[in-house]
Amino acid sequence: MNHLALPTVSYAALAPILFLLLGGVALMVLSALSRRPLAAGTVTGYSVLIGFGALISALAEYGHVNGAGPSSTVASAIAVDGFSAAIAVTVSVVVILASLLSHGYLRRMQIDAPAYHVLALTSASGAIIMAAANDLVVLFLGLEILSIALYVLAALNRRSAKSEEAALKYFILGGFSSAIFLFGIAFTYGATGSTNLQVITRTLGEGVAAKPGLLLAGLGLLLVGFFFKVAAVPFHLWTPDVYEGAPTPVTGFMAAAAKVGGFAALLRVLLTAMPQLSTNWTPVVYSVAVATLIGGAVLMVVQRDAKRMLAYSSINHAGFLLVGIVAATSAGISADLFYLFTYSVTALATFGIVTMLAGPRDDDAGIDRLSGLARRHPAIGAAMAILLLAQAGVPFTTGFIAKFSVIEAVVGHGSIPLAIIAMASAAVAVFAYLRLVATLYRTEDIATVDLGYDDSLTDGPAAFAIGLSVVVTIFFGIFPAALLDFGRTAVAHLLP
Amino acid sequence: MNHLIFLIIAFPLLGGVSLIAMSRRVREPLAGWVATAAVGLSFLTTLGVFITLLGSHSGGPSHAVTQHLFDWINVGALHANMDLTVDPLSITMCLFVTGISTLIHLYSIGYMHGEKDFTKFFIYLNLFVASMLILVLGGNMLLTFTGWEGVGVCSYWLVSYYFQKDSAASAGKKAFIYNRVADVGFLLAMFVIFFNEHTLTYSKMTAHMSSLTLTMAVLALLFAAAGKSAQIPLFNWLPDAMEGPTPVSALIHAATMVTAGVYLLCRMHVVVSASPTGQWVICGIGLATAFVAATIATSQSDIKKGLAFSTVSQIGYMVLAVGTGDYVAAMFLMVAHAFFKALLFLGSGSVIHALDGEQEMGRMGGLRKYLPWTYGTFLFGWLAIIGVPPFAGFWAKGSVLDAVFGKSPWLWAGGLFTALLTAYYMSRLFYLTFTGSARFTEQGPNGEAAVAHPHESPWTMRLPLVILAFCSIFGGLLNLPWVHGFGLEAFLSPVFGSSLVVPADSMTKQFLLAGADALVAVLGLTIAWVLWRGRSERPELTPAFLAKVWYWDNFYDTIIGRPATALANFTAEVVDPLVLDGAVDGTAAAVGGLATRLRKVHNGQIRSYGVGIIFGLLVILVSFLVVVG
Repeated sequence: MNHLALPTVSYAALAPILFLLLGGVALMVLSALSRRPLAAGTVTGYSVLIGFGALISALAEYGHVNGAGPSSTVASAIAVDGFSAAIAVTVSVVVILASLLSHGYLRRMQIDAPAYHVLALTSASGAIIMAAANDLVVLFLGLEILSIALYVLAALNRRSAKSEEAALKYFILGGFSSAIFLFGIAFTYGATGSTNLQVITRTLGEGVAAKPGLLLAGLGLLLVGFFFKVAAVPFHLWTPDVYEGAPTPVTGFMAAAAKVGGFAALLRVLLTAMPQLSTNWTPVVYSVAVATLIGGAVLMVVQRDAKRMLAYSSINHAGFLLVGIVAATSAGISADLFYLFTYSVTALATFGIVTMLAGPRDDDAGIDRLSGLARRHPAIGAAMAILLLAQAGVPFTTGFIAKFSVIEAVVGHGSIPLAIIAMASAAVAVFAYLRLVATLYRTEDIATVDLGYDDSLTDGPAAFAIGLSVVVTIFFGIFPAALLDFGRTAVAHLLP
Repeated sequence: MNHLIFLIIAFPLLGGVSLIAMSRRVREPLAGWVATAAVGLSFLTTLGVFITLLGSHSGGPSHAVTQHLFDWINVGALHANMDLTVDPLSITMCLFVTGISTLIHLYSIGYMHGEKDFTKFFIYLNLFVASMLILVLGGNMLLTFTGWEGVGVCSYWLVSYYFQKDSAASAGKKAFIYNRVADVGFLLAMFVIFFNEHTLTYSKMTAHMSSLTLTMAVLALLFAAAGKSAQIPLFNWLPDAMEGPTPVSALIHAATMVTAGVYLLCRMHVVVSASPTGQWVICGIGLATAFVAATIATSQSDIKKGLAFSTVSQIGYMVLAVGTGDYVAAMFLMVAHAFFKALLFLGSGSVIHALDGEQEMGRMGGLRKYLPWTYGTFLFGWLAIIGVPPFAGFWAKGSVLDAVFGKSPWLWAGGLFTALLTAYYMSRLFYLTFTGSARFTEQGPNGEAAVAHPHESPWTMRLPLVILAFCSIFGGLLNLPWVHGFGLEAFLSPVFGSSLVVPADSMTKQFLLAGADALVAVLGLTIAWVLWRGRSERPELTPAFLAKVWYWDNFYDTIIGRPATALANFTAEVVDPLVLDGAVDGTAAAVGGLATRLRKVHNGQIRSYGVGIIFGLLVILVSFLVVVG
């Protein structure tokens, strides 16, 4: 009788993933078994609780790693280190905020609440798996868990043709890029004989990778898969269409979760598995960063739709995150961690406000609709202004610290031209952000017409989440030390 | 009392802030009484601290007591804390600043009667007093600088108090800009001292620097002082500052703020006395200013302008005394001057008040009959400033001139001649205002309205005049030359220690010098009587060169004003539209053009999006291929 050798599993280390994944599955079962549809409030509350569970277990893992040092589990397929714990913290916060932000929307649009929450929880677990994956195959699993749930989420507003079109586009192109990514894994395996990140780096270190062509092809294919996921130019073409078409709260969640998962995995693969190939991948990441910085900022300027503009804004942010990778130092990684957390919070909250404004059918996020908003609804207008200024990188917001630390890291690495390009792109982007802020505070033609969003502005949970995000954005903008230290400690405990 | 030192500053600050908070509700005259009470309480606190200081000798050899309020700036070697230092020097300043401020606040209640912005005036006045006290009590240069800037901005607000008038608005700006220029000197002095001494705290300064560095520091300090205290080359903002209400001229531009520069030099005596070159320059600037301003004062027709130049000239004497190393003489003259100059200004304010705002001495005359109180008090102010014994000015100016004689007889001769000029122009001013015919009863040549019956001022204005007249008469008692162990000299000399240079003249020499002073005063008085008795205009005695301030403003206008304006116009008309706007517009156009082109790629077609991915992939793979090659 053959024994199946089961690997030892540290369930405590997997707790954030399990919370989200099992929480999602349990909710699915509950809603299927329940005779009456579950109340939206119950589901939101449940989802927030699950998010808190994941957050607390992630913090516990972070604390554990600080004491015991990094390790791996499940036959070294999952990394238990500060980096993955920090990402799990970020994703948990995203889950909590996204649940609160979607509550009113789902009710207004009469969308089945459990469906959204099940998919969001599942998708979020995928993002953490990507960050914790210590093996390319596990990484791919995480990528697919994240992505497939997102495809469905994008199609959630079935009354909207745009939503369906967005989902289909995302699905086809996502499948395409997943195939490319799988090819990358296969080639890497062919060249190094393993999919485990430590084994790969050991092989590369010993110089036994005899097939450099195969290896580099694998690297190139992997990079393209990642670049697609994080929406880097020129692999970003799907982004504006999908961001515009998807239900607005889903867009917010997508902008946060997918970017966090994608960047976490990209950072880990490049910096722990393939540091020896940095002479090969640095120029590629460098060029893509330049293209992403410029493309995102420039195209942002000419958008007439808030969601499309924010899509390009997220592309510009991706450029900044790539700058942190070019630095390839622990300062760069911790800068990226800070950036991912603060970007997630501000981007989610910004999309949360756009959700409130996008009209009763969530089909019109034209910038004109924001005209004079701050005059009619000073609190929401001010929140939007603060969030936009934070994204623009204005001092006393987290956005400034984030951009500053990334640029500081890359200057420390010696890539001054990239720092200059990044700052120039930020300057161009500032124009677009400030124009939107100016629109908010416009006094003339404050329409007496009903834009159809006055009801949606009284969305309690969303307002709470937005308020919380604004507080976080300003607080850590003025006192960033704690959060920066959190990131630095996390990177100090990165599984080598 | 030492833990209550902060109250000296807190009272006027609180007064100002609470008036701001309640400015909509509080009206005349309550606002004035609140402000006066705030400053009065500050004066009483100062008295208490003063008495405590006299009674104790716990503060070490210089009798300094420091109240540490909180840590302010702690960066690297820089420890600038909120420390208030009380020593004989600062408490002397505090006593006359708060004392005279209280009187002038009281006077203002009457003078500002019926003004639209009555409350605002007292807010500024209270904030000014608070800033002045921060300047005086600050235990380090940075804190002094904070007060220094505070009095500067309050002075700006008060000079431009009638900002609807163009002349007042631009006078405010002029005062502010001159002071900002001088601030460069203060900053440079701080830099030099911090880099060499690694401290800005007065009590820790040692002046262990090379003589060149020391001279630089002293010159920077002198430049700073020249701005605040209206010395050459930055003196010509002060006459313009007379656009402010007369109590402001009395308080800020005669008694207190303008002496801040002299106070700074006294505070920095360790550094100043260590540089002989610097001391000679200080003497030169002081005497030159005293002389130039005195000549100008002989030819002024506006009563306040005349008094303003007299102030400049008197501060010149104080600076001269600092240069000789006799800081006590400088402080003595500062205190005495605060009494009699505040009195003269308030008296002139009373005159102006009575004549419905008339300031031209050509429209005055014969006021003795109409304004007995003003006349009687102004008389003593006049006698005090020209140095007739036994009034305050005689003793104060005498001690300065004694010290100058010890430094150099030539300087003394210049100082004595300036004293003659002083006696002459002040007497002219007095005769033109109070004696002769009443020229205001008829309509003036330029259509000025006639004033039939000038009225004496209310008691709130008369009381300060009487008190100040009393001080001007008996102020000399503060420091009589033959009394040792009591008075300012005994009180202040521990502060200065070895920096202090006191002339050790024989009794005979002292009497001779004092006799010369008195003689000069009487001579000037007599000359003015002969020349100006019964006259109101003598163009041959008031040449345009003097009346127009030696064309000093025109000189600055030519060498700085016009070139700077030309440069500004050039930037506005050429650099801004072509270079800057061109760069901005060009960037915007480039971004827009690039965006329009890039946008075409986003056509909504999945197949072209797929092509984008493949294209990117191919570029990456080909680049690797090239590398591996």
